[in-house]
Amino acid sequence: MSELSHNHDEHHDHHEEEGPHSSFSGYMLGFMASVFLTAIPFWLVMGDVFSSRNTTVLIILAFALVQILVHMVYFLHMNFQSEGGWTMLSLIFTVVLLFITLAGSLWVMYHMNVNMMPSMMSGGS
Amino acid sequence: MSHSTAMPATEPGQFDFLVKGEHHVANGTLLGFWLYLMSDCLIFAALFATYGVLSQNYAGGPSGADLFDLPLVALNTSFLLFSSITYGFAMLQMQQRKLKGTIIWLAITGVFGAGFLGLELYEFYHLLHQGAGPQRSAFLSAFFTLVGTHGLHVCIGIIWLVTLLFQLRKHGLTTANRRRLFCLSMFWHFLDVVWIGVFTIVYLMGSLS
Repeated sequence: MSELSHNHDEHHDHHEEEGPHSSFSGYMLGFMASVFLTAIPFWLVMGDVFSSRNTTVLIILAFALVQILVHMVYFLHMNFQSEGGWTMLSLIFTVVLLFITLAGSLWVMYHMNVNMMPSMMSGGS
Repeated sequence: MSHSTAMPATEPGQFDFLVKGEHHVANGTLLGFWLYLMSDCLIFAALFATYGVLSQNYAGGPSGADLFDLPLVALNTSFLLFSSITYGFAMLQMQQRKLKGTIIWLAITGVFGAGFLGLELYEFYHLLHQGAGPQRSAFLSAFFTLVGTHGLHVCIGIIWLVTLLFQLRKHGLTTANRRRLFCLSMFWHFLDVVWIGVFTIVYLMGSLS
């Protein structure tokens, strides 16, 4: 309510910039974290660090997830306050749809594939 | 409710329900652009799902492990990451109302973006040359669609960026141009987020199989 108390234009010129306010340290922190979170997965895969494929896959997926969060926070300046919470709400909605699309497709198609294996159809002809 | 009574008496019996001093949403454009990005995100979700389903269908052709050149992908990834931080520097210069600095960092971002696109086109050309084009197998169709769509986005981002450079030189850091810079910043960082998914799921996991 305080912004109603003084001139709107003046307010705009001084600090009420459209969009989020970013800082050098925020960008650098995000960048450093991203370099770290990118280099480790590449090293894990290129250096054949783990003998088990599943271990490597799980770890690099975890790193990707963390890096996406880092980018969201430090580069895209996501928070619960911007636009009265609407950016976060739409993001959460999108993530839910994303999860349904990905998990649903993989789940259904995996079982389709398994059930359509030529070995399973040998009794047919 | 209190507004209507507090208003200087208009004609009795005439109601004015529009509150004159009502605040318009200050950054409607940014929210709208964010919603566009979210819908774009769903396109990529569909493409990732397609790729996930088809990623093992080699049709007797080459697999990701045979084709992908990880050092090249690492270089490409670093280009995009550097372009993200240089765009951040452009935004910081913009906050301090430094036109020249904004333009310089924006141009550097564009160069990194062009480098990324160049490497990707080189990779595609190399794959096509090896006979591993999109028509070779379902895996490669899904690969080219997913990575190609991302590349197309980067390409459009670069066109937008160059346009913005000209607008900045012509009009300076006006309110409209600052808004455009914010929108492009979201677009650019969003593409970097998508690329995290691409290099992890397509290239790194593809090289493991």
